[in-house]
Amino acid sequence: MAEHIIEIRDLTRVYGTGETAVHALRGINLTVEKGEFVAVMGPSGSGKSTLMNILGCLDRPTSGTYVLDGEDVSRLGRNQLAGVRNRKIGFVFQSYNLLPRLTAARNVMLPLLYNSHQRLSDEECYRRAVAVLELVGLGDRIHHKPNQLSGGQQQRVAIARALVNNPSIILADEPTGNLDTKSSHEIMALLQQLHQQGATIVMVTHEPDIGDYAERVLHLLDGQIASDRLNGARRRAI
Amino acid sequence: MSLWRTFKVAWEGLTLNKVRSFLTTLGVIIGVAAVIVMMAVSAGAEAEIADQINALGANLIMVMPSFSRAGFGRGMSMGPGRMPGLTYDDIGVIAQNVTGINGVSAERVTNQTIKAGNTTLEDVPVVGTTSGFPQVREYRLAVGRFLTDEDNDRARKIAVLGYDLAQELFGDSSAAIGQAIKIGSVKFTVVGVMAPKGVVGNTDYDGRVYIPITVVFKKFTPARFGGNNVGIIYVSAESKEVMKDVMEQVTKVLVQAHDVDPSSPDFSLMTQDSIIEARASTTATFRNLLAWVAGVSLIVGGIGIMNIMLVSVTERTREIGLRQALGARPRDLQLQFLLEAVMLSLAGGLVGVLAGVGGSYVFNALGTMRTALVPASIPLAFGAAALVGIFFGYYPATRAARLDPIEALRRE
Repeated sequence: MAEHIIEIRDLTRVYGTGETAVHALRGINLTVEKGEFVAVMGPSGSGKSTLMNILGCLDRPTSGTYVLDGEDVSRLGRNQLAGVRNRKIGFVFQSYNLLPRLTAARNVMLPLLYNSHQRLSDEECYRRAVAVLELVGLGDRIHHKPNQLSGGQQQRVAIARALVNNPSIILADEPTGNLDTKSSHEIMALLQQLHQQGATIVMVTHEPDIGDYAERVLHLLDGQIASDRLNGARRRAI
Repeated sequence: MSLWRTFKVAWEGLTLNKVRSFLTTLGVIIGVAAVIVMMAVSAGAEAEIADQINALGANLIMVMPSFSRAGFGRGMSMGPGRMPGLTYDDIGVIAQNVTGINGVSAERVTNQTIKAGNTTLEDVPVVGTTSGFPQVREYRLAVGRFLTDEDNDRARKIAVLGYDLAQELFGDSSAAIGQAIKIGSVKFTVVGVMAPKGVVGNTDYDGRVYIPITVVFKKFTPARFGGNNVGIIYVSAESKEVMKDVMEQVTKVLVQAHDVDPSSPDFSLMTQDSIIEARASTTATFRNLLAWVAGVSLIVGGIGIMNIMLVSVTERTREIGLRQALGARPRDLQLQFLLEAVMLSLAGGLVGVLAGVGGSYVFNALGTMRTALVPASIPLAFGAAALVGIFFGYYPATRAARLDPIEALRRE
């Protein structure tokens, strides 16, 4: 039996009011189940970013409901949303967003430091950071700073950071946008490996061959889901 | 995030740009050091004044002539030949009729040219006084003897030299004894030299000559210019407790002797306390002014902190956005930036305290000016620095906390 990680009903997001109001999302209905790997595609202005911001609890819907891992987060306040982001969401950004002055391990530890549900000791935080860095294949780069790492390695550090709090879902926003083809495919292979180990991943991309790594592809157009299909080539055996 | 971890994050933020952090604290360093030094300087000035006034003599009452309008008006109706003011006879009146006193003396000062051998000194203060003078002024003799009552009764032409004057005229205190000097055109014999006392108030004790007051009246102050009037009478009371009683007695006997209206006598009384009070109110104004100047510099330092914190928040907008995405709550970020500001101001406070204490000490040691460190000024200045940090750090920290994570992450 499938377990819903994301359940969105009649979700809209309107910026501004009156004549100048921009309807970025116009009634989205979406269910993502545990262990799915979903790619969100669509032209710019289609509402991809808005949807990702709401999925990431960085923004709140104008109307509709968003239930994340059994918790309705559509009406939470800023402090509560911060807690939800910390515990349930792992972000992977296009530009990695690592803090340049911190080593790989210290960057990966950051989400653990903001985890107020689980007060871990510094030693435990470090141990966990090293473990996820080893998982993404950077066991020998623990004490390197971002400027000593290649783009692909930096994105691996960012993925390790997304994993460290055992989130319900990984949200990747153009994760290969800043990478060359070889590194891109390495990163996608890593995401797919995580997916096979049971991680739920939602990824925004505009590159079809990157989208092909996902098992399910959503196309957004004008704030609505235009198509929602399983990726034939990589169809998941149920 | 726990306080200790937030503290470490804030510390990292500060060490990111060490020169800038140092320059920012400089404002607070100067402010705190200024508060401490200013307070030490004014406390030093007060101590200096208190010392000088105490050096006048313990439990001293000064009686001075007062030529008020009322005094002159009454003077017209006085007995024949009676001039308003204090006379030599008043010394005896006080000595005989007032109880609870240790001694009475008086001064009549005139400036004269002094010659000894080939040395001539112009305009030397010549002090006519009486035997009680060393006692009431707490002034000791170095060699020889001081003036006696008999010297005054017989108007002997003898002189006691101030310490510096003896050095200047004869090279040595002992060598001065028995020597002849000429004051104006009158020949005197030196019988004693006083021990060094230095400058008290505006008077250089060591540069004066002391001769019997009766000789001054006879030789140097013609009768038509107030003849045997004395400039000031000194009365030393036995103790602080009897001061008030002695002052009342002195007033009573002098009013009687002068036959004046008690409501407007031709003399006035002063004590060290009343002088200290008068001077203290002047220095208090001075001190308050300094404190304000120092306080303003502390506020300027605080504005410097706020300025840099605002720059820092803007510069690190993206980092703030990332931290928000990773789960930093608004209050985590607020605390982080508030701690940065407070650490800047406390570091400035600490260095400022060291600089202030060191500065006060150096000023004192170099003799530039006398300073007395006020212990309370250290926690005061340090606490003010901490408050400045909280006050001026609050706004930038709140701005950081209120940033929208989406906007912040988008910022380059």
